Amino acid sequence: MARPKPPLFLARAPYRRRRLRDAARLLPILGLFLLLLPLLWTHGDRTSLSAGDVIYFFLVWLGLIGVAAGFAPGLSSGEGTEEEED
Amino acid sequence: MPFNLLVFACILYVVFLFAVAFIVERRAQAGRLGWLRSPLVYTLSLSIYCTAWTFYGAVGYAARSGLEFLTIYFGPTLVFIGWWWLLRKLVRIGRQYRVTSIADLISSRFGKSNTLGVIVTVMAVVAATPYIALQLQSVVLSFGVFASVTPDGVSPPDPGSTAIWVAVGLALFTILFGTRNLDAKEQHHGIVTAIAVEAVVKLVALLAVGSFVVWGIADGVGDIIARIDASDLSAWQVEPGRWTGLIFLSAAAVITLPRMFQVMVVENDDEGHLARASWAFPLYLMLMSLFIVPIAVVGLDRLPAGSNPDMFILTLPLAEGQGALAMLVFLGGFSSATSMVIVESIALATMISNHVVIPLWLRLRPKAGAGDDLRLVVLNARRLAIAAVLALGYGYYQISGGSAALAAIGLIAFLGVAQVLPALLAGLFWRGANKNGALLGLLTGFVIWAYTSFLPSFGPGAMLSEAVFTQGLFGLSWLRPQALFGTEGMDPMIHALFWSLTLNVIALCLGSLLTFPAPLERLQGAAFVNVFEGAVGPQRWARGQAEPEALLTMAQRILGEDAALTLFQSAARDQGKDGFLPDPTPAFLDTLEARLSGSVGAATAHAMISQLVGRATVTVEDLMAVASESAQIMEYSAQLEAREAELTRTAGALREANEKLMQLSIQKDAFLSQISHELRTPMTSIRAFSEILTEGDLPPEMVTKYGQIIHDEAKRLTRLLDDLLDLSVLENGTVQLTLELASLQQMLDTALTAARQTRPERSFTIHRDLPSEAIYLKTDADRLTQVFINLISNARKYCDAAEPELRIAVRQRAGRVTIDFIDNGKGIPKESQSLIFEKFARLTDANRAGGAGLGLAICREIMTNLGGSVAYLPGQGGAAFRLTVPLRLEKLAA
Repeated sequence: MARPKPPLFLARAPYRRRRLRDAARLLPILGLFLLLLPLLWTHGDRTSLSAGDVIYFFLVWLGLIGVAAGFAPGLSSGEGTEEEED
Repeated sequence: MPFNLLVFACILYVVFLFAVAFIVERRAQAGRLGWLRSPLVYTLSLSIYCTAWTFYGAVGYAARSGLEFLTIYFGPTLVFIGWWWLLRKLVRIGRQYRVTSIADLISSRFGKSNTLGVIVTVMAVVAATPYIALQLQSVVLSFGVFASVTPDGVSPPDPGSTAIWVAVGLALFTILFGTRNLDAKEQHHGIVTAIAVEAVVKLVALLAVGSFVVWGIADGVGDIIARIDASDLSAWQVEPGRWTGLIFLSAAAVITLPRMFQVMVVENDDEGHLARASWAFPLYLMLMSLFIVPIAVVGLDRLPAGSNPDMFILTLPLAEGQGALAMLVFLGGFSSATSMVIVESIALATMISNHVVIPLWLRLRPKAGAGDDLRLVVLNARRLAIAAVLALGYGYYQISGGSAALAAIGLIAFLGVAQVLPALLAGLFWRGANKNGALLGLLTGFVIWAYTSFLPSFGPGAMLSEAVFTQGLFGLSWLRPQALFGTEGMDPMIHALFWSLTLNVIALCLGSLLTFPAPLERLQGAAFVNVFEGAVGPQRWARGQAEPEALLTMAQRILGEDAALTLFQSAARDQGKDGFLPDPTPAFLDTLEARLSGSVGAATAHAMISQLVGRATVTVEDLMAVASESAQIMEYSAQLEAREAELTRTAGALREANEKLMQLSIQKDAFLSQISHELRTPMTSIRAFSEILTEGDLPPEMVTKYGQIIHDEAKRLTRLLDDLLDLSVLENGTVQLTLELASLQQMLDTALTAARQTRPERSFTIHRDLPSEAIYLKTDADRLTQVFINLISNARKYCDAAEPELRIAVRQRAGRVTIDFIDNGKGIPKESQSLIFEKFARLTDANRAGGAGLGLAICREIMTNLGGSVAYLPGQGGAAFRLTVPLRLEKLAA
């Protein structure tokens, strides 16, 4: 069903909100990358667990949570304006 | 710890939960929920993701496979921090369409098909059974640990009877709170709050043990890091396939697990809570797993070899003599198990009653009267279903003997429910996904899962014979359950994940691409996929022949008398009617269906209403009507817009015309006053001289002189009137042109000769280029010559050079001929150039030579009539006029 054309350019505030949504969409992809990154590490002949691995994963985890917490208020505040979906 | 004390503690804890649930239910009924609807409670309730499997099993998992246990948390973390992709849409749809379970969502999306609802229900029950068994097993194990440590007097119970007591107790608790009432929205505030409390207990217990291990047994963080490095915890090698696969699997499971769907979507009170949970829930998961590795390392270090690593979290404090801490851990594990079982069985019971029992009941007793309260049937069906689900779990526990490691069973259950994921995602993001595709995909995935993962989990020889394992089904080696199509050497879990989901997706896509959906499916597809873009033509019901009374009877059977009457009365009032019976308009039928589907699911509600309305579904024509209606509106508004633009244009043209008219009126006035002035001047002198003549006694030479003056003035008047007449004829366009071929050179010769009478005393040098003048024009030669004469006379009159010269230049270009008349005077000042073609425009009176100032105006009119133009050429070193005439003037069709 044809809909009225959305505006091509936006004012500053809606623009920021949209980029925030983009960022929120990209965050899990970044997270996946960081969590899969250790697959590329070559452990050489070391086969047992190292504390460094544990610390790396928890730091990544904490970082993702922190960024998501930073995004959440901005995302939920703009939710009423659904007309600018995408 | 005395066993009876342990039982007492458990009972006390359950009573406490009971009280919490009870108080909250009371407050919810009074409408005073307050902070109980906060994002915090929502987030904590999500923690039923962490079951006893993760509570006890994570340490065991870490002890066996290193960091791999983290994948079970990474998947949900990614799903939640990426909530803008999927969860937001899922929650919005769940709230907007009053979805009661994941089976309801799938069935509702694919045309309210109950077949799909039944399939998803069966899959969910089968997948949940081992999972519930797992919870029972973990509780039994933890009981066993305590009992074996301090047997004192009370005989330690055998695991079987413990399991059955736990199962019965859980069933009772769930039935008491999960099926107290049948809400229009399938929400259970009491249970959700109790689960939030349990989530806190779980977390506190794990953090307490972790702190004890890190700062009590070990010597702080540095020491723990050293111990981890020193430990031979496991030969941990990340297997890329398993690592990636398990992250994906846990991400899929957190979306599709019936209990997660229940707390995340069905029990959601406010979409805003999801934003908070998007980071708070991952934070909870992180805290839950923070101390897993230290506990595993220290446990391997301190506890005797051969002790069950799944129980480290309990045995470690016990071995260190921390009875109270162990008690807390025990309660934490108990919490994990109970909260999971309660919510899972509620979710499954809702699915079973809405998709299996009620449709069957309605088919068996289609014409039951008003006294037949369906609500009781629904509630009883749910109670039975809860009991049945727990019985199944207990049965599985008995059959499997509680031998398998916790983690393996959990993953099998995850993979089972993950089969719903393709249908769910396609349903939410792809309008083209249809019922047949979903059906095919679900069945394919389910069969492959059962064959490659679920049935083999009982061990060779139990469900599948030894021969099938080694030689494949029917002796076909490419059908071996753990090496499908010859993919040997894969991890069995990843093998099952890969094949079941791949074939599931392929079947879904093929089915959707090759078959055509019913209209209702298309409507629902559009409504779900475009849920954020407002309602999609919601005309699900044509105005049917339903009797309002029959509708009311049916609604009462499901909603209860009071609720149904209130609903009908308010609908009637909205329609402007008194009483309780509104007209069965499409809008009302939609509202009613939405309310009913909150209680019995979309498929059943739709089926019940269509039974009464007499028309089962919308038709393709209805869909097209909705589409063309909106297209018409669009077209109409486009027409309006065009008309408005046209109006604006017309108004502009009118304004211009009006201005022109005003100017013309002013010009006419000026013209009249000019003409009176022009006529008056000669008249005055004629009158004056004729008066003198009438007085007589004048010398004859004076008489002759005055007579001459009168004659001249009369001639001037005549000329003026001739000019005016000429002009008026030309302006009206009524002039008769005699078109003929004429030589331009001849016309110029004639004009020059004629113009010589003007100021004959001046000698003019004429520059001509005779060859260029050898052109035959098809035009009105007399009129054109008249223009030439006028221009040449003007030059003779007004050129103020001492040795006046006139240059005549002729050029021919593209069917038009331009003739320039350029003298060497001082030309016409710039500000006057636009005026000279106006009537009565005379620049100076100095050289007034009897003209009335109509000459150039007449020229312009003639040229217009001849299809050409006359213009002043600036910048030629003197006065210069350019005439343009067409080479061949065609007679206008007039």
